[in-house]
Amino acid sequence: MNIEHLSQTLLTHSPALIVAVPLLGAFLTPLISRINDKLRNVFVILTAGLTGFLVLLLSYDVLINGNIHTYIFGSQDIGSPVVRILFEVDGMNAFMIIIGAILVFVAVVYSWAFMKENTGLDKYYTLILLMAAGMFGMMLTGDMFNFFVFLEITSISSCALIAFWTNKGKAVEAGFKYIVISTIGALFILLAIAILYGQYNALNMAVLADSIQYTFLDKIAFVLLIAGLAMKAGIVPMHMWLPDAYGRAPSSVTIVLIGTTQASLYALFRVCFTIYGNSLTAPLKQIGSVTITLNGLLGTFIVMLAIITIIVGVFMALKQTNFKRIIAFAAIAEIGYIFLAVGAGLWALGSDHGMMALKGGVFHIINDALDVGLLFLVAGAIYYATKETSLNRMGGLARNMKYTTIFFLIGLLAVSGMPPMNGFASKLLIYESIYLINPILAIVAILCSILLLAVFVKVFYSAFLGPKIPRFNDVKEVPKSMLIAMGLIACVIIFFGLFPDLIVNNIVEPAANALANNSNYISQIVGGS
Amino acid sequence: MIYNIPFIAVAALIMIGLYAVIFKRNLIKMVIGITLIESGVNLFLITLGYREGSTAPIYTNSPGGVMSLPVPQALTLTSIVIGVAVLALMLSLIIHIYRHYGTLDVRKIGREDEE
Repeated sequence: MNIEHLSQTLLTHSPALIVAVPLLGAFLTPLISRINDKLRNVFVILTAGLTGFLVLLLSYDVLINGNIHTYIFGSQDIGSPVVRILFEVDGMNAFMIIIGAILVFVAVVYSWAFMKENTGLDKYYTLILLMAAGMFGMMLTGDMFNFFVFLEITSISSCALIAFWTNKGKAVEAGFKYIVISTIGALFILLAIAILYGQYNALNMAVLADSIQYTFLDKIAFVLLIAGLAMKAGIVPMHMWLPDAYGRAPSSVTIVLIGTTQASLYALFRVCFTIYGNSLTAPLKQIGSVTITLNGLLGTFIVMLAIITIIVGVFMALKQTNFKRIIAFAAIAEIGYIFLAVGAGLWALGSDHGMMALKGGVFHIINDALDVGLLFLVAGAIYYATKETSLNRMGGLARNMKYTTIFFLIGLLAVSGMPPMNGFASKLLIYESIYLINPILAIVAILCSILLLAVFVKVFYSAFLGPKIPRFNDVKEVPKSMLIAMGLIACVIIFFGLFPDLIVNNIVEPAANALANNSNYISQIVGGS
Repeated sequence: MIYNIPFIAVAALIMIGLYAVIFKRNLIKMVIGITLIESGVNLFLITLGYREGSTAPIYTNSPGGVMSLPVPQALTLTSIVIGVAVLALMLSLIIHIYRHYGTLDVRKIGREDEE
């Protein structure tokens, strides 16, 4: 078998393998753990690396060559009405799995040193790989019920990981809060899936998108889907689980948790733009000369939620004293930015600045994951070195931990949208486009971004600068594996910030196009047209 | 009217479940609320696939006539299995919470100062 043939076979089967490799790895981990701890760590990193390689192979083909991949579990015959599950990968899916692959790889490298002193690590690694499998499944699947199953796999394993430090009461409480919220959200989604299935006798997203009529029942299903997915994504009225879950989980878990949150966000976009995509521009009501369309209504609603999300996130971040909770509230604000851009894109669907807003929003998804992820890793590193979480008891750490300080500075500049980091590139796109739609939105967005900078400058000052604290005299720099993990993300951040055009043209634009134009996604399955 | 009774039961189960989750302060009662919502959703799925006078969809040994739709039943089975896993996880977390705080009242949990 020559190399070309092998890579072609790998490419064809990669959508299934991306889920199967971490899943298989998860159940092999406890067995290998019995032999040797170091061997297990290497095995988990290799599994994550192999998954990452498959992801790169698949996304390169989808994003650069513009193919849409489908992978069929079950009957291969397209025409007959048979029971089967489809994976469908277009630009948006390919974009999301890149984020997932980076986060999972960084998390397992970081865990090597960070979790070293804990017991029960075989279970920890099993759960982290399960969570990765569920997350990739959510991002790849083209089937509504399959999506629900992967959603539940992800939320069960991530709940167990949030409560991993069971000796802390608050961690267990955060885990319980998370499982309650995510189960209720998932049940709403299942109810919506059942309503759609009862009407159209289909579970496949493309078939549903093709046959949807936008009846009264569809509207109920739409509301349930948006409510359930927004609950999982941490949009403001339903955000209260997020700071607890992000703040109490071990840092290496938090970074994968960001990925799962964004997988829910992705599903929200898939529902809005693809499944209900054909009814988006349909007029709902005529009042005088003004026609209310679904995309206008939905766009306004999403933009309003996003503005509240940003403001609440930033102002709550200002008053916290716990390092990880500050970052968690900043993460809420960042999700607000993504939502703001996508809402604005929905509002001005079809126009140039609408497309630009969509591009900014999609670009910001990956930037948010990297920036907030890096900050969480730094918070974890400080906890590892000093066993402190409260900012009030930190100070002068820059003397002992110079690399960590540099990584924090990079994360600080990126998250608050300063050049030359990646956050600047995407936030500029968002500001420009929403200024054309409504200047007030742009002003609020920029103001909150500045406040975010203020929040992190405060954190930087109180944790890293200031007088030497005698208690921290023998604090050392964190071990190499954590530095490598942080360095990896920091390099990607700087690379994205220096060459935003390259990223926007090659990765972000196919994803944004896939969102704005659902006909390719549908015709791949339904055929015809 | 008589055919709508399952749907009324579905709505009632989901509403009672949501009420319990939102207003009850005992963690066990919240978990019961979640299982009620889950039963409601499962009942809805089963009702969708049922036709009056139909038999179980076993193709090899069918007496003939109308069969009910098998897909919703498969979905319900999956959903029940997931529900059991979630329930077990929630109850085990409650055991841990009880060990830490000695109470199941949500108002008294997680109120201690930052360590």
